[in-house]
Amino acid sequence: MKVLVAVKRVVDYNVKVRVKADQSGIELANVKMAMNPFDEIAVEEAVRLKEAGIATEVIAVSCGVTACQEQLRTALALGADRAILVETDAAQAAELQSLAVAKLLKAVCDKEQPGLVVLGKQAIDDDANQTGQMLAALLGWPQATFASQVVIADGKATVTREIDGGLETLAIRLPAVVTTDLRLNEPRYATLPNIMKAKKKPMDVLKPAELGVDIAPRLTTLRVVEPAKRQAGVKVADVAELVAKLKNEAKVI
Amino acid sequence: MSILVIAEHDHAALKAATLNTVAAAAQLGAQLGTEIHVLVAGANCAAVAQAAAVLAGVARVKLADAPLYAEQTAENLAALIVANAGGYTHIIGPATTFGKNLLPRVAALLDVAQISEICGIESPDTFIRPIYAGNALATVKSADAVKVITVRTTAFDAVGQGGSAAVENIAAGPDLGLTQLVGRELTKSARPELGAAKVIVSGGRGLASGENFHKLLEPLADKLNAALGASRAAVDAGFVPNDYQVGQTGKIVAPQLYIAIGISGAIQHLAGMKDSKVIVAINKDPDAPIFQVADYGLVGDLFQLVPELTAAL
Repeated sequence: MKVLVAVKRVVDYNVKVRVKADQSGIELANVKMAMNPFDEIAVEEAVRLKEAGIATEVIAVSCGVTACQEQLRTALALGADRAILVETDAAQAAELQSLAVAKLLKAVCDKEQPGLVVLGKQAIDDDANQTGQMLAALLGWPQATFASQVVIADGKATVTREIDGGLETLAIRLPAVVTTDLRLNEPRYATLPNIMKAKKKPMDVLKPAELGVDIAPRLTTLRVVEPAKRQAGVKVADVAELVAKLKNEAKVI
Repeated sequence: MSILVIAEHDHAALKAATLNTVAAAAQLGAQLGTEIHVLVAGANCAAVAQAAAVLAGVARVKLADAPLYAEQTAENLAALIVANAGGYTHIIGPATTFGKNLLPRVAALLDVAQISEICGIESPDTFIRPIYAGNALATVKSADAVKVITVRTTAFDAVGQGGSAAVENIAAGPDLGLTQLVGRELTKSARPELGAAKVIVSGGRGLASGENFHKLLEPLADKLNAALGASRAAVDAGFVPNDYQVGQTGKIVAPQLYIAIGISGAIQHLAGMKDSKVIVAINKDPDAPIFQVADYGLVGDLFQLVPELTAAL
């Protein structure tokens, strides 16, 4: 069974983002970019399925500018077998929204016929948490989101999901879409020999038009602003002062 | 045209998040001058429909009561919602794991965008939502005929009662048979729900073990009738289960009082609690980032300070 894994290029999670002065978006010039952390978990899970003899091939897919090849090379260094970039220009990439990405991924799935697609549950830039669910809908496949455990056997996936009240385990028919939560696994680091090997692995580049997908945005971002800053308060000397403040000043107890 | 709210419930009662979602719908309803309908899909859930019918502002409840909705799978629910989407300008659910799982599937089937976790409504097609872990707020305008939305529940005050909507039975959709529930391990607690608690006592890595977490924080939470929360570090370390996690990828909370104990204050944690009314931080590191958002900071050894605080209340 082929496993397809989706990878997004985002601002590195260690970067403190700044809003542009003209409120048009986030400052991205000279900012360190990286693979979305939830997608690293997705790649790791796919590679483990291959190591366990369940996946026959792991294909990493990204949608966006040419530079997304960096993140695809990372996926290849982590153990993916080949990569596909659905390439857009910078203006399109800036407004490449979840529905459009889901349609592009669906078109790739139609060609590749994977038995499982693994995606991060959300990207840490737009925090949308949509693409996996949308892809499952477009394919008419079952979905198991926010996975903390995935077991594949007998043509189905048994997936434990992190939900608000605790955990839920679903048995879903394959092919299916799984999105990863934080505790699914701990991604490995790419070793130098694997980084070198990754440079020789195949990478196909496609255009949205070749896949017959309209990627026009449905949402227009009117402005992006910083939220109101919370003022730091005071340090209290001891428990007695804290209790007094909570009772008399804040009046919350 | 009307607005459709997707009810989250456990077949016996509405989840609190539904009340916040109806509140967001009411803002839209006031702007558009249209009715709010609530869809209740479940199994033997007539009581839920009755509870939805008395919510303030609700004009009609649509009830799909059938065994195939017992497990609340996204596949079957989405198919039902899409079949009943005609006549609605907005389809709205809570930004809980239930809503986040379901609404994008609905949006894709309708070939429209989904707008995630809105925290403000500027007009019927323009919404404010947090991005980058709440470090920025984006105002987005939708060009779609139907707006499919999830609502950040802490941004909208729950509606009360006072309505008297009619309950209309609707036909169940198909059972797609794609998904089967194997089991659920739900945390049982007499404490208030994290998302709806007025006071939250939250613990981090500083507690050093699950045993300490419970031994120190539970008596304090008991005194305050508080819910217990945790940082990602505490969950990753196995002190408490995942459903305790507050943060960008966990629960978003905004209680009257949030007490952060042994939590350094990583950005992704602050994203989940910085809208709390009053924040108290107890941490031995005076430079911990949590003190930059805390109204009251207490620097010191939590193993000594927390029992002292519990005793003083």
